[in-house]
Formats: sequence, C-alpha cells, structure tokens
Amino acid sequence: MPDRKEPILIVENLKTYFEQAEGTVKAVDGVSFDLKPDEVIGIVGETGSGKSVTVKSIMRLIYPPGRIADGKILFKTDEFSPGNPQYVDITKLSEEQMTRIRGKHISMVFQDPMTSLNPMFTIEDQMIETIMFHRKVDENQAREIALEMLHKVKIPDPERRLKDYPFQLSGGQRQRVVIAIALSCNPEVLIADEPTTALDVTVQAQILELMESLQKEFHTSIIFITHDLAVIAEVANKVMVMYGGKTVEYADVFTIFENPIHPYTNSLLNCIPRVDVKQDSLSPIPGQPPVILNAPPVCPFLPRCNFRTKRCEEELPGLVEVSPGHYVRCFEEIIEKLFVSTRGGQK
Amino acid sequence: MIKYIARRLILAIPVLLGVSIISFMIISAAPGDFLDVLRMNPAVGEETIKTLERQFGLDKNPVVQYFIWLKEVLKGNFGYSFQFRRPVFELIWGRLGATLLLTITTMIFQWTIGVALGIFSALKRYTLADQILTVIAFIGISIPNFFFALLFLYFAAKTGWFPIGGIISKNFDQMNAFQKFLDYLYHVFGPMLTLGTAGLAGIMRQMRGQMLDQMGQDFVMFARAKGMPEKVVIFKHTLRNAINPLVTMFGYQISGLLGGAVLTETVFGWPGMGRLIIQALLAQDLYLVMASLLLSSLMLIIGNLIADILLAWIDPRIRYRFM
Repeated sequence: MPDRKEPILIVENLKTYFEQAEGTVKAVDGVSFDLKPDEVIGIVGETGSGKSVTVKSIMRLIYPPGRIADGKILFKTDEFSPGNPQYVDITKLSEEQMTRIRGKHISMVFQDPMTSLNPMFTIEDQMIETIMFHRKVDENQAREIALEMLHKVKIPDPERRLKDYPFQLSGGQRQRVVIAIALSCNPEVLIADEPTTALDVTVQAQILELMESLQKEFHTSIIFITHDLAVIAEVANKVMVMYGGKTVEYADVFTIFENPIHPYTNSLLNCIPRVDVKQDSLSPIPGQPPVILNAPPVCPFLPRCNFRTKRCEEELPGLVEVSPGHYVRCFEEIIEKLFVSTRGGQK
Repeated sequence: MIKYIARRLILAIPVLLGVSIISFMIISAAPGDFLDVLRMNPAVGEETIKTLERQFGLDKNPVVQYFIWLKEVLKGNFGYSFQFRRPVFELIWGRLGATLLLTITTMIFQWTIGVALGIFSALKRYTLADQILTVIAFIGISIPNFFFALLFLYFAAKTGWFPIGGIISKNFDQMNAFQKFLDYLYHVFGPMLTLGTAGLAGIMRQMRGQMLDQMGQDFVMFARAKGMPEKVVIFKHTLRNAINPLVTMFGYQISGLLGGAVLTETVFGWPGMGRLIIQALLAQDLYLVMASLLLSSLMLIIGNLIADILLAWIDPRIRYRFM
C-alpha cells in the first residue's frame, strides 16, 4: 500500500475560465483540494457551480473557448518515471502525455450512460480498444480482461453482452459497462460526474452500491460529483461544497452534515425533505444561482444570503479554517453569528 | 438481408407502374404530339399524316395506347423513337456509357474532395482556412450550373487550356491506354467541375456540420477520457457517426447518375443521355421519353435501396431494427 498520508492528487488554486464575447466566465475560480489514496471526495453544488468544469480540468478536457487560466494539478504517478512515483503537473503535460494519464491513471464516468458509449461499436470493441492501448496486451488478453471486468460490474451473461451494441443494453447496464471501462486499467483516481443522475431511482441505488464495493476492491480514490447530498453522505469521506465557481465549504463528511457553517451549505441541507419531520412544503433556496459572467469580486452567494453584512458587499471573504480540516469561505464575524444562530452558541 | 432486398424490389414494381401511368398520362395530356411539325408543314398532305398516325399508334385513345405500350415493355420491347427511327433501348444503351463516365467521374471527384475538405474544415473550425473554404463552398452552392459552365467555356476558350466540348480528341484511336485515360480526364475536367461544384460544396458543408455535431457528443468526450489519442477519437469515434446522413445523400445522387447531367451535357456537347432526353422532350418523342422516365425512377429506387443497405451496413442500430 502506498503512503496513506501523502495525497495522490493535489489541486491548487485552480482557475478555469471561458472567454466569451461578452466577457470572461470564471467557471472555476481558485479551487483547491487534495485526494489521498483510497479516499472518496464528494463535490456538491447546483448546476453551474463549476463542479463539472473542475473535474474536466483535472482530465484536461477543457477546450476553447475554455482554458485553465491558473493553478496546479499535481498528480503522483510513476508513468513518466518508472518505479519512482513523482508529482507531475497535469496542466503542463502535452496532449500525448495526457493520453497516458487519461483512462490509465485517472478515469472518468459521465452522467448519461445513454450517450457516453459510441452507438456504432460493440461493447467488446470499446472495452478492448482502451485495454489494448493502455496495458500493452494483445487482443485475446484484452478480451479476457474485458470479460473479467464485466463480471466485476455484475453484468449478467458477459460473454454475450460483449458482442452487443450499446443500444441493446439498459441504462443501468450501460453505466456498468462505462464503469467497467473506466476501471479496466486499474486507475488510481476515478472521477464520477453525477454517475447516477440520469438513472431510475432503483438503478441509482444499485450503481452506488456497485461503486462502493468496487472502491473497496480496487482501492481507487474517487472524486464524486453530485447535487444529491444523500448520495454524498453514503459514499464520501470528504466533501467540498461549491458555489459560483468557488469552494464555499470543505470538510470531512461528518462535519459537513453535523456542523455545517456556510449559509449555503445550511440552505442546501434544509432543502432535503426529511421523513421524520412533518413538513407542509419543501424549503428551496430563494433566488437564482449566480451568473458568473464578469462576476464582481464578492461572495457569489451574497444575493441569496440571509446573513449578509455591509462588508460582504465590499470584499470577497477568504477560506477560513474554523477547525482542523474544516474550511469555510465566510467572514469570521458572520461565522461566529452563525454558530450562535444555528447551534445555540455551543461548539 | 436478402429477404429485405427482395421485399424492397417487389415493392418497387407498383411504384414503377404508378410512375409509368402518371408519366404517360401527363405526356398524352400535353397539347400536340410528335407529328405536329409535319401537320404545320403545308407540303405534307393530310393522307400522309393519317398514315403516320396509324403507323405510330397515335390515333388511338391514350388509355389504349398505354396498355399496348405496357404489354410491349413487359415483353422487353421499349418501342421505337419517332425521330431517330431506331429502337429506344438501343438509343439509350448507346448514350449510357458517356453519361455514366461523366457522372461517375464527377461523383468520385465530389466525394473524395468534399469529404476530405469537410473533415479538414471541421478540425480547423473558425480558423482562416475554414473561413476561406466556407466562402468558397457558399459560392459553389450559389452559382447556377449553366452559368458556371459558361464561365468555364469562356475561360477555356480564352486560354486554350481546356477543350470547349466533346469527349475525346481526334487522334484518340492512336493513343495507348494511359494516354487515352489522360485525354479523357482532359476532356471531362470542365463538365466534371461544372456538374460537381455545387454537390462538392454541399458534401463539404454537410460533412463539416456533422463532424462538429458529433465532436460535441458525450461518447467523443468519453473516448478522450479513456485516453484514446486524437487520431482514434476523430477518425474512429467521430467520423463513423458523422457519415450517416452523407450515405443518404449518396443514395440520392445515384438516382441522378443517368439524368442529372442534362444542362452540363448540353452546354459541353457531351454525347450523353441528358441531351437525348432533352431532344426527346422537345420533339414529344413519346416512347423515348417514357423509357428515360422509367429508367430515372428505377435509378431512384435502386439509389435509395443502396443507401439503405449501406446505412444498415454502417449503423448497427438500423441493421438490428430492420433486417
């Protein structure tokens, strides 16, 4: 086992911008986090909060008019220095070098399994092409590996499924195939971009269960993107809450659920209907997610925040470490007030 | 698969029958007939006209005429051309070669260059090269065929670089095979350019649009996320999905192989089917018109069938659903 303490992936002050005719969209604006081996980090946020762009930046799948404007993405790998793992900065790798990282060391599962497989090629073809490219094996060995992977993702009758085309499989089965492809080269990091959002609720549970068991088997670190907090509670060790391209709160999963501080995190948690509390209506967060075109340098949540002060309209709060490993983007005086209002003063 | 093709061919029979009925009726409904020129000639007596009418069968009711014609066609006899005094079948057969030579050359020219430029344009989108190609493509699409032909003829006449008509040089018989080939290319260049520009531009734009469309698809992103190199992403995952609509276009073009070059053939003096049909129409040469219309319909049906078979061959979704 590699050193448990040393992160395998460190994202430092990542900024990904999209240049539009109307101005710059700062889709990701100064996001930092790290991921240790065998760890699952959940990134939560509404549509447009920058969570997908963050992970696409890690995969270097950002194309013009988008660009990674600043920051480092350090990934520890021995791909370019055999036997001696070193940190490489993904933002500085060439396209050719990226093909040796993507799918082999960092894989990605997309939201919609109905569209992430190529309709023109068989499951076999799409699995084997990946395995042969990364693992330097011949076609028969690759087919063996593909078969084994389909077994692992619990697809019934895998020999027959190999010959099928994507349209012959159900959504859940397709997502299993996608996961099998993503894990077929034993990547150190798996990025799951809302992998259950497009599926039926029952299938969602099955896929989550599958991902959990595979994570335990392969010890893959996972970056799990979702807007479903219930899913996060189930799978993640650490949680990063994003809003308007910025990290607003970052802590381990227990802290986020037991002791959320940022007004946005609190509102998010309040949105979840609870079966044990009688409620007449849902409590959505009033207002709209921010338009991050030419965003002013203030807290993006400001327009929807109930705790805003005069200071909020003048400057952007930094990330404050309120307790070890628990970061909140808010001013300290507001944080104190929040403690008083939400926790009755005790900490 | 064979069952599918057989079914389609059987279904083609009523279509062809319908086409023949409608065409025959429309031609009969048009005022006048082939003998009008003679009727207006005061030197030709009424008796002669009557005799000719009887000879050509033009004195009978159009419905009766149709059934006589149909009976003969089923026996393999497509009738005689009034003006050429030769069997229609023989006439068309004689012109077929020249037309096919021109249209097939044009097709190769259009598709190889159109597809290649389309892909290039998509990969270089929004660059100067793409924009120049786009402008040229729109000019190509907008210029009327006959006008382009006249421009080319003017250019050929001024510079003397290209022949202004015909299909072969006078000394063609003395040439070896390679020289013959070059001589043909030399002659076909103008008609090919004229006939093919609009189509080429269309294919290029279609290819570009399709490529760009497919490049935005999730499975292309997923192929990249799998670590596939750009070559595989573009030429395997994207291209394979982008060619579907072009296959349908290709099928429609097959239907134009015989009759689609009328204007070009006329302007360049190309001895093909197109000119024959124009002459037949002008002279109301009934059976020649009928045969060529029937042939065109047949080509349309075959073209569609070929497109469908190609589509099924390329796209597993269609293959599994229909065959």
